[in-house]
Amino acid sequence: MSNSNPSTLSVPSAAAAPPSGGAAAGKRIVLKAVDSGPPRAAAGGLGQRVGGNWMVLSLFCLLLFLALWQLYSTVGNEKFPGPVVVAEHAWYFLSDPFYDNGPNDQGIGFLVGFSLARLATGFLAGSVVAVVLGVILGLNRTLFKALNPYIQVLRAISPIAWMPLLLYTVQNSGWTALLVVFMASMWPTLANTAFGVNNIKKEYLNVAAILQMPTMSKVFRVILPGAGPAIVAGLRISMGSAWVAIVPAEALLGSLGLGYFVWNEWNNLDIANVIFAILLIGAVGVMLDMLFNRLAKSLAYTD
Amino acid sequence: MKMPLLKVEGVSKYFQDPRSKNEFCVFSDLSLSVKEKEFVAVLGHSGCGKSTLLNIIAGIEKSNGGVVFLDGRQTVKPGLDRMVVFQNFALMPWLSVQGNIKLAVKAAYPEWDKASIKQRVDKYVEMVNLTEARNKKPAELSGGMRQRVGLARAFSVNPRIMLLDEPFAQIDALTRGVIQQELVRMWEETGITIFMVTHDVDEAILLSDRVLLMTPGPGATLAEEITIPFARPRTRDRLVEDPAFFKLRDRIVAFLGHRQAA
Ligand SMILES: Nc1ncnc2c1ncn2[C@@H]1O[C@H](COP(=O)(O)OP(=O)(O)OP(=O)(O)O)[C@@H](O)[C@H]1O
Ligand SMILES: [Mg+2]
Repeated sequence: MSNSNPSTLSVPSAAAAPPSGGAAAGKRIVLKAVDSGPPRAAAGGLGQRVGGNWMVLSLFCLLLFLALWQLYSTVGNEKFPGPVVVAEHAWYFLSDPFYDNGPNDQGIGFLVGFSLARLATGFLAGSVVAVVLGVILGLNRTLFKALNPYIQVLRAISPIAWMPLLLYTVQNSGWTALLVVFMASMWPTLANTAFGVNNIKKEYLNVAAILQMPTMSKVFRVILPGAGPAIVAGLRISMGSAWVAIVPAEALLGSLGLGYFVWNEWNNLDIANVIFAILLIGAVGVMLDMLFNRLAKSLAYTD
Repeated sequence: MKMPLLKVEGVSKYFQDPRSKNEFCVFSDLSLSVKEKEFVAVLGHSGCGKSTLLNIIAGIEKSNGGVVFLDGRQTVKPGLDRMVVFQNFALMPWLSVQGNIKLAVKAAYPEWDKASIKQRVDKYVEMVNLTEARNKKPAELSGGMRQRVGLARAFSVNPRIMLLDEPFAQIDALTRGVIQQELVRMWEETGITIFMVTHDVDEAILLSDRVLLMTPGPGATLAEEITIPFARPRTRDRLVEDPAFFKLRDRIVAFLGHRQAA
């Protein structure tokens, strides 16, 4: 229990690291990976020193936040919905999550489901492409050096910026939303995979060579497991940025989902619902990340 | 005379000094041969180029001239016929004891079914007394246990020759004695030829049939060859009772020490 927390705590910083780290590493040949061994980082991280007090502190921060919010909504801006109002709205949605009154009025559970399905599809496709490319680039320095500048340029572009072009090209908002997620999922995984593969210890590759392993079994039995922790760290950040990108994509494209929901409520000027949507987006994001935390743990190794 | 199993002919290796960019010669025109079922040790100071020589024989390092023959055929790349036991074990840290050995068995016998693979893995896990620890990852093992996995992995694919790179250097003295005996036992049981490099004089005398003395580099040579006369089975206890052991040991130490000073 206490072991799982430091890594969850470290998520925001890990998620923030890759774009700057990767760009800074542009001069060197190797890409910077964020954190190839989550448990190792966790072991040396906050957890040890904080002990058990973090829960109290965490709860305190939450209460403080709610108090300030309540204060603002009562004396600062009376039109701004306070926590209680938002909770009531939340209850309204959450108590009946799966109703279907036609395409523009569906339960929040369906909306979350649509967003997750969109995320899963785009993310899976993006990840497969990114891992395959990453392995190829990680094994081939020349190719890596040749393509790295373009990767750096591409990853600097927000996937949302592609949207008009994509929409113009594919002429379909559903596909465009998927492609935005796809693009958002690519770069951290690609960079981390290339880094992880490139940094696999020479001795493991020597063993593979002595065992005369065919290329494919070398990739699946040595290279991918060896780079596993780095790859999962990349996937985790990719998942984060895909989730971040999906909201504006759905909002702008009008694709049914959480992003559409938040924008729709804004158009209705229902701020309490907007706040509820924001919180829900955050909650789903955290749950997705926890999933990856578990995956990262199962793939981690100490040498 | 019978053809030697391993023949190294006129092998040279140069490295570029990373700072001065000068080439320096680790060794040049080095030759040796190992007969079938023989246990040969190359003994030399740290840094004289033992690992380099072994890696060239293994095919994981390129030489700058010279040829390595195995069974009379020139070797061009690494292969299952020359299994290496590495100084730092080189086990896959994400695989268990069984998993590491299975990786090798699967690679060596791709046509085998699951049951045969498992049987072979179990056999070699047992051979090195790791049945209890078979599901542990390398990080959970002691140095001695890790090297046992390394040995089991190498023996399990039934190579023509085993190349051991200071296999006991990272293992504490007490465990070392035990595993050395295990190695000799496996060598006798399997009849697999062993080529070992080491800087431990006692180890070389205890284990091998023949010791090749390597002078310190740069420009190392195999200056002398000593046939170890002691009957097997040898034990450390019995050796230290034999005055001839100390004479031989002194001779080797004097040789290497003398070369060191020169
Ligand atoms: N990749 C390399 N680049 C440059 N020099 C190297 C390289 N590898 C080894 N050397 C040098 O070659 C020489 C021989 O190295 P080697 O590792 O073969 O020695 P060794 O006899 O195995 O030593 P030890 O007993 O410490 O393992 C050393 O001087 C070493 O510094
Ligand atoms: Mg060495």
